[in-house]
Amino acid sequence: MTDLAISVSGLTKRFGEKTVVNNVSLDVRKGEIMGFLGPNGSGKTTTIRLMCGLLEPDSGEGRVLGHDIRTERRAIKRKVGYMTQRFSFYEDLTIAENLSFVAGLYGMSPKRQVVKDTIADLGLTARKDQLAGSLSGGWKQRLALAACIMHKPALLMLDEPTAGVDPKARREFWDEIHALAHGGLTVLVSTHYMDEAERCHRISYISYGDLIAQGTVPEVVQGAALTTYVVTGGDTAQAARLLRGALGVDQVAPFGATLHVVGRDAMALKTSVEVVACQTGCNAELSDTSLEDVFIQLMGAAQDNMQ
Amino acid sequence: MNRFFSLHRLVALLIKEIIQMRRDRVTFAMMLGVPLMQLMLFGFAINIDPKALPAALVSPTQDRYTRAMVTALELTGYYRFIAPNATEDEAEDMISRGEVAFVVTVPSDFGRRIERGDHASILIEADATDPSVASGAISTLSTVANSALLREAGQGHQESNGLEIIVHRRYNPEGITQYNIVPGLLGVILQLTMVMMTAMALTREVERGTMENLLSMPANPLEIMLGKVVPYLIVGAVQVVVVLVSAKLVFNVPFVGSLSLVLAGVFVFVLALVILGYLLSTVSRTQMQAMQLTFFFFLPSLLLSGFMFPYRGMPAWAQVIGEVFPLTHFLRLIRAVMLKGADFSAVAGPFFALVLFAFGLAVLALFRFRKTLD
Repeated sequence: MTDLAISVSGLTKRFGEKTVVNNVSLDVRKGEIMGFLGPNGSGKTTTIRLMCGLLEPDSGEGRVLGHDIRTERRAIKRKVGYMTQRFSFYEDLTIAENLSFVAGLYGMSPKRQVVKDTIADLGLTARKDQLAGSLSGGWKQRLALAACIMHKPALLMLDEPTAGVDPKARREFWDEIHALAHGGLTVLVSTHYMDEAERCHRISYISYGDLIAQGTVPEVVQGAALTTYVVTGGDTAQAARLLRGALGVDQVAPFGATLHVVGRDAMALKTSVEVVACQTGCNAELSDTSLEDVFIQLMGAAQDNMQ
Repeated sequence: MNRFFSLHRLVALLIKEIIQMRRDRVTFAMMLGVPLMQLMLFGFAINIDPKALPAALVSPTQDRYTRAMVTALELTGYYRFIAPNATEDEAEDMISRGEVAFVVTVPSDFGRRIERGDHASILIEADATDPSVASGAISTLSTVANSALLREAGQGHQESNGLEIIVHRRYNPEGITQYNIVPGLLGVILQLTMVMMTAMALTREVERGTMENLLSMPANPLEIMLGKVVPYLIVGAVQVVVVLVSAKLVFNVPFVGSLSLVLAGVFVFVLALVILGYLLSTVSRTQMQAMQLTFFFFLPSLLLSGFMFPYRGMPAWAQVIGEVFPLTHFLRLIRAVMLKGADFSAVAGPFFALVLFAFGLAVLALFRFRKTLD
């Protein structure tokens, strides 16, 4: 046995003419939380579905928990917990009914006890007879997570689990994920949120089907080799107008009264920023590049490649 | 701009609706192509005064009087003698299987009696399970047969006692329509609910996104199919009991044959329907589409199966299309067993046709099932 929970290479999936996943290779070590990032429609969901046996790849191969993703889908399905992007339990069933349905499918025993314990862990004992459809977004997400880990999977795949969930519930959710990973569970989680990406051990960035960057957060930030200036004070709106399209400037993004200016060419950027700061009476300071800046840069680059 | 009604708001709504209508190909096809197809199909196929009904002739002597009468009957257009020289047993067998609609029996002394100017009679037995089938043919009968015989016997026998035609409306002597309709309704009710409910139940999973979850858990296609199908089989069983009991108590429909044979037929029929519904659900993306497909299937089967209009009255090509529907075979089976008391050997044909449907559809459904999401 290797220490890789997921090891896939060259995964490609086409729907008709469109290549949705293009030659994606991904290694996820056992017990780590891998963040899976990328813009909307970039093939994250499809890649996850390929890896948990819901779709068959057009080419490429790999192993998930030691099982071949083409030939051993049933074994993978038994050992993987997959939480879909959209709430996909039965809204017209109660919490308890949903959970005992899942427990039945996995043949867990004693079923009643497992379901009862799961509901107690969730803190939903008082509401167990409530219809799942009447739960709020945050509770639905907790119910879905509980249902996905009830059969004690070795690998958990979460597809944008926190979309539409409030910050407190998100934080609790992530505490839970870390607790699970600490217990030896491997987690692959796709997300759009940068703060969530920073909570992962490692991240992979996929864009329009291609895997673009992979590593720990500092590695990815460093790998992008970007320079960032923060412009404050004075007429930042005017500064933004002038900086857009200026030599060496790739991104200009307002953050409240400040301006983040990012570029690949450190020298050219420095010159442009200093000139504009002078003209508008602003103050420019060198700053740390954030993960978000890196992603915006990666996204722009990928789109350029497409054209 | 009017607060209560504005043209630009209406136009915006209309444009949006038309765009959506065009996007939904299935609906669009249903609205334009299907009515045209149905118009052609049903316009030509349906005939409430059926002609060229199959008949058998039992005539031991086969003399010239018999031949004259057979010719005359065929000339009316109502009769087509597919068994012109059957024995009594063969003829009985054929009418009970529904292969012929009439049996004409000419006694062996018929010719002699005519020549002697004696009172002569022939027997016409009509399968009256569907009263409308027999009525036209019977009403033209006596005049046609009489004049044919008189012509054949020559002028000298003008003063003969004439011909007596005895008509037996078999299985339904009073010509009560309910006898034919109520057993048929069992088939129609089962067909509508079983196919539609099953088709919608599975499509609902796809539409609500629960299918993705179901597929990511360890359940195989056979388990999912059975899990979907069995509850509706139970609903079907309840419907069967309700219809059969009310056929007896409310409509007084006779139940001549074996109940267990009817139930066996119903079981295979319902199985075929539920699997068909399941199959439809594998090709439709939304519940709406599933419902449309069900109706697309439902209407022709209603009209071409022999439920509403006599099957024998349709042109040959329409009868071939009719064979495609399980309902056609089910109607033959249940009417034969309930009204004629047919035994298994008499309804083996429709029974095995239903078995074939169920089996074929099941294979197709398992094959069509998406183990994966693509």
